Amino acid sequence: MRVKVLSRNPDDYIRETKQDLQRVPRNYDPALHPFEVPREYVRALNATKLERVFAKPFLASLDGHRDGVNCMAKHPQSLSTVLSGACDGEVKIWNLTKRECIRTLQAHEGFVRGICTRFCGTSFFTVGDDKTVKQWKMEGPGYGGKEEPLHTILGKTLYTGIDHHWKEAVFATCGHQVDIWDEQRNSPICSLTWGVDSISSVKFNPIETHLLGSCASDRNIVLYDMRQSTPLKKVILDMRTNTLCWNPMEAFIFTSANEDHNLYTFDMRFLDSSVMVHMDHVSAVLDVDYSPTGKEFVSASFDKSVRIFPVDKGHSREVYHTKRMQHVITVKWTSDNKYILCGSDEMNIRLWKANASEKLGVLVPRERAAMNYNQKLKEKFQHHPQIKRIARHRHLPKPIYNQAKELRIMREARRRKELNRRKHSKPGSLPFVSEKKKHIVAVVK
Amino acid sequence: MMSPLGLHYGAGCRHVDWPRAQSPRSMIGCGGRERKNLARSWRLHAVQALRMEAVAGSRAHGGSAGGGKKKRDPFPGAAPLPQHKVKKFQRGQKSQLAEVSSQRLRDHLALLEQKVELAVQQAARMELLLPEEPGFLEGDPGEDTCTIAQADIAEAADIASATKHFELTLNQFGPYRMDYTRPGRHLLLGGRRGHVAALDWQTKSLLCEINVMETVTDVTWLHTENMFAVAQRRWLYVYDNQGVELNCLKRFNGVLRMEFLPYHFLLATASETGFLQYLDISVGKEVATICTRGGRLGVMGQNPANAIIHLGHSNGTVTLWSPNIKEPLVRMLCHRGGVRAVAVDSSGMYMATSGLDRKLHIYDLRAYQPVQSLVLPVGAGHLSFSQRGLLAATCGEVVQVYRDVPMQPPHKPYLSHTLPWTAHGLRFCPFEDVLGVGHGSGFTSLLVPGAGQANFDALENNPFRSRKQRQEWEVKALLEKIPSELITLDPGQLGQVDAITMEQKHHERVERLGFDPQAKPAFQPRRKLKGRSSAGSLLQRKRKVANEEQRTKIRKSLEQQQAAEQERKAAPRAQSSALDRFRK
Repeated sequence: MRVKVLSRNPDDYIRETKQDLQRVPRNYDPALHPFEVPREYVRALNATKLERVFAKPFLASLDGHRDGVNCMAKHPQSLSTVLSGACDGEVKIWNLTKRECIRTLQAHEGFVRGICTRFCGTSFFTVGDDKTVKQWKMEGPGYGGKEEPLHTILGKTLYTGIDHHWKEAVFATCGHQVDIWDEQRNSPICSLTWGVDSISSVKFNPIETHLLGSCASDRNIVLYDMRQSTPLKKVILDMRTNTLCWNPMEAFIFTSANEDHNLYTFDMRFLDSSVMVHMDHVSAVLDVDYSPTGKEFVSASFDKSVRIFPVDKGHSREVYHTKRMQHVITVKWTSDNKYILCGSDEMNIRLWKANASEKLGVLVPRERAAMNYNQKLKEKFQHHPQIKRIARHRHLPKPIYNQAKELRIMREARRRKELNRRKHSKPGSLPFVSEKKKHIVAVVK
Repeated sequence: MMSPLGLHYGAGCRHVDWPRAQSPRSMIGCGGRERKNLARSWRLHAVQALRMEAVAGSRAHGGSAGGGKKKRDPFPGAAPLPQHKVKKFQRGQKSQLAEVSSQRLRDHLALLEQKVELAVQQAARMELLLPEEPGFLEGDPGEDTCTIAQADIAEAADIASATKHFELTLNQFGPYRMDYTRPGRHLLLGGRRGHVAALDWQTKSLLCEINVMETVTDVTWLHTENMFAVAQRRWLYVYDNQGVELNCLKRFNGVLRMEFLPYHFLLATASETGFLQYLDISVGKEVATICTRGGRLGVMGQNPANAIIHLGHSNGTVTLWSPNIKEPLVRMLCHRGGVRAVAVDSSGMYMATSGLDRKLHIYDLRAYQPVQSLVLPVGAGHLSFSQRGLLAATCGEVVQVYRDVPMQPPHKPYLSHTLPWTAHGLRFCPFEDVLGVGHGSGFTSLLVPGAGQANFDALENNPFRSRKQRQEWEVKALLEKIPSELITLDPGQLGQVDAITMEQKHHERVERLGFDPQAKPAFQPRRKLKGRSSAGSLLQRKRKVANEEQRTKIRKSLEQQQAAEQERKAAPRAQSSALDRFRK
């Protein structure tokens, strides 16, 4: 007879002293882990609830401006520095870690219309209502010194925006035309116009650095190549585009913020149809900025809210608002992909987390592992109705909520009308026009 | 001398499972690729053998140096994994990438598949690190294992195991019902005449002992060893491990049998008035009360894989219940007489039932069909499955244990033991090779080698857990309590894709568009001259076209049927397996 009976030596399973860690032998045999799917589902549900519990995105409000914040710029080298220009011509430089203003200068008379930093981070440029372009040093003057610009260019027309080239000593301004300037000269290298209209914003492409995009008030988005003396092409939309922002990871993709409450992502090679229409705002979208990963972007709107959209989704994943925040004029996504800054009418700059429920600071490895596991679970069960409902729920201020409801009703009515019209006409006589093409009037080359 | 773990079998002859080396001659008939593989495996084994020889040789020569040559790994890459080990950890099906239209999604899914594959392989490799091996019992040639007495097993096993065979003589308050906690550390005894005792059966230390001064019909542990439920003459009571009454549930009256569903924190009770009730013990709420209309419910079992309750009735039927539906999910006619006992194995695939017709049936719960059936001399009064699939049955005072019952009809039991009195309760101890039997004169703990799972998962059930660990586990377990609404026959259903049908998709499209894009306009006969467009001939032409269409349709469907039939016939039946019965 041969016999073996299970007999465990407790020394192998119990810790020797109280200072030791408890022994946790694992066995991954599925037979020992019944109800795998329901238990994971419950864990995912708990993780989703906790995510909503911990969603406290608002970090700080930077106050000090004496008028509405009109424009902002990120420092290309320092994560903790941000620059902002106000409607009274004042420019402030902020330290985000200390959450305080480190420097104030009176740059212009009237609005500061645009602000941008040089790629090396040593100086920055501002344009204002006083028809001047000024270059400033990033470091302030010594004790007792006077705040003086490095250069001042007196222009003939009003400037409404400015952007610096990503690699060369060249910058572009916009106003009645798009001007491209060499930093050393007092007159533009070239001026680009297409029709007579005021241009509200100009942006350099961060990858194909010779390309520029601008939006004009005659509902155009015009693309230029700096090496040519004429513009490349333009697309005409239903309504005016306020600004655009290039995707920092995909050279051809840009997103434009439109007056018709939507954002449109375009591929610059195929302008006859937008890649995606992003709807959710209930008022004009005023500014847009991409995350450094190029997967998401943040938009600021006249409806007093900030929304975060995934690039490939038509609806926002997050909306930020506070009781006191007024029309948000400018928004920036910081270069470490963690924070969002928005400047609004009521003179404050607000700092938000890009991921509302993220825990800031250093995570211990177990915490990180648990976080990753929960993230995966949420992803796995995201389409289950209970979990979807909790993950999607956001509290909205009453005006936005009501306005969104109204817009939904209007959209539904239009759809119904079209459906009825189609029902009672000859099949095929009413073509289907997708939402992506509906708002595009023409493409001109 | 005997070492603490001294095992009395061929010392040092560990059985190594080398794949059988094929002789090169046997490869003549193989196809090209197979031949190459075989040749490779042959070479591999040859190299292995050589290497072993070399190692032995170098040891013999006192470990001579290998010279200046750079050592190369003769087995580069990861060690091969046997397919059956990998298969154990595989779940679901691979996603059909070809059907996915979006390139981005396809890439994403392909990446996921890779990760899943890696996880499966790592889990399979992890098996190597498991410290324990399951027990076994083998008779000498010509010796039946069922003739081996418990005393012999206890003598042959090590001291620690020998202490696990014991008998408690409690002949005043019997017969006894009993229950083990889920880690298998604690034992609960309930004598019919009111004696309730909780003890750590391994150290034999008593937690509490009380007499409830009332008839006790059943006892069960709740989620930890801190609480247990006792079904008494009228009501259901909950006590803590000091014997203090925590709760008296008067809504649960006349309870005869109880089952605790650990992952749902539900206590299911079956009463003499035919009610099946579910109590959520974490919040103390009655989740469901079901009138089964099945008479006195003295037979109950739970399916540990999907938390479905099985009830046996006096008319020979077994019904399956979930708390969400007032009707039985399944009603099976299992026996000619009444059902005496029901048990479901840990995988949830097989159910054993015994009835007054003295038969023991094994049912396949996937097809609800009997797979094995045997006649016992007295008929089994109690049944229990162990973690590794042994089936224990009590026939009067004889306890018999069967092995591999679903696979082959046993002509002899694996083990057999005679009790001093008729058995009244029967449970295998989890994670131990122990079978506990409560009977008329107390409790007997029997050694059944090979019954328990050898390697536990400490995050699930840890027999060695400390108080702190238990408290942590309790919090975790409560956090992931599965709601009772999720009790279904297939618990994995929640993770499956709810694919909409073609018709549904089409219907939604029609709704969205406002017209049916696939609709064919009805046939409109052309007008012909010379009086051939009379109403009659128009109708005739219309009918002709309609008939032709119908004929084409029928022809097509017939062809499809025939093709499927031929394909089925042409496919070679490789080997008859136990799963063939599900084929059409």
